[in-house]
Amino acid sequence: MAKDSWNWKHKERIPSDMNEGTRLIQSMLGQLEQHGWAEESFGVHLAVEEALVNAVRHGNRFDTSKRVDVDLRVSPDRVFVEIADEGEGFQPDELPDPTREENLEKPTGRGVMLMRNFMDRVEFNERGNQVTMEKRRP
Amino acid sequence: MDMAVQRRVEVSEIGDVTVVQFVDRKIIDAVSIQELGDELFVLVEQENRKSLLLNFETVEFLSSAALNKLVVLDTKVKAHSGKLRLCCLRPEITEVFQITNLNRVFDIRDDESTALASF
Repeated sequence: MAKDSWNWKHKERIPSDMNEGTRLIQSMLGQLEQHGWAEESFGVHLAVEEALVNAVRHGNRFDTSKRVDVDLRVSPDRVFVEIADEGEGFQPDELPDPTREENLEKPTGRGVMLMRNFMDRVEFNERGNQVTMEKRRP
Repeated sequence: MDMAVQRRVEVSEIGDVTVVQFVDRKIIDAVSIQELGDELFVLVEQENRKSLLLNFETVEFLSSAALNKLVVLDTKVKAHSGKLRLCCLRPEITEVFQITNLNRVFDIRDDESTALASF
């Protein structure tokens, strides 16, 4: 299989600070526009936003001494996002389904669901402190 | 007299209905969402407004944290025997409510006049 060539790549380690996350997202949004992903950019933006917030808030628990590793890549055919925090991790299979009747009025648990909806692939590592997301052209 | 400083919402009255519009086009960051929630909760819990319409026409983007805050607001409105409606959601925002099934929790109308008439 041919190695993917990326039109844009950005890898950075940031502190547990959503202002830093916002900066990276803004860079990525510009690249999405440039490479033909304008229509999907709302969904990709939301997925990356949710993943970053999860890393900062749930993973690193706002501990500013902990870092988030962010790997963003864009090509006309594919978008790749990998985000890792320094937290204990979690088991995504144990998340309650927020769309179930009994969970609808609970103010939690929608981030991962939105990630899964807007990206084609969402995978967590075994520990649960790293998420890999992709979107591909059909 | 309401002494709260409102930074995240613009509040007006049409008849008995309190209409809220959002200052931020993108409701994403935690601080803004916290402040937004606080301003909305004041309307319900301190000012005892019973009919609340949230007009989303200026909102381009919102995160799950914002959705969660709206769920809390809905709980408070119900606890105060009030009514809450949402209107004027852009298609992408409507999609987010549908994906999360929150369109079953909230009463969402296409436009403000239809929403006002529903109270």
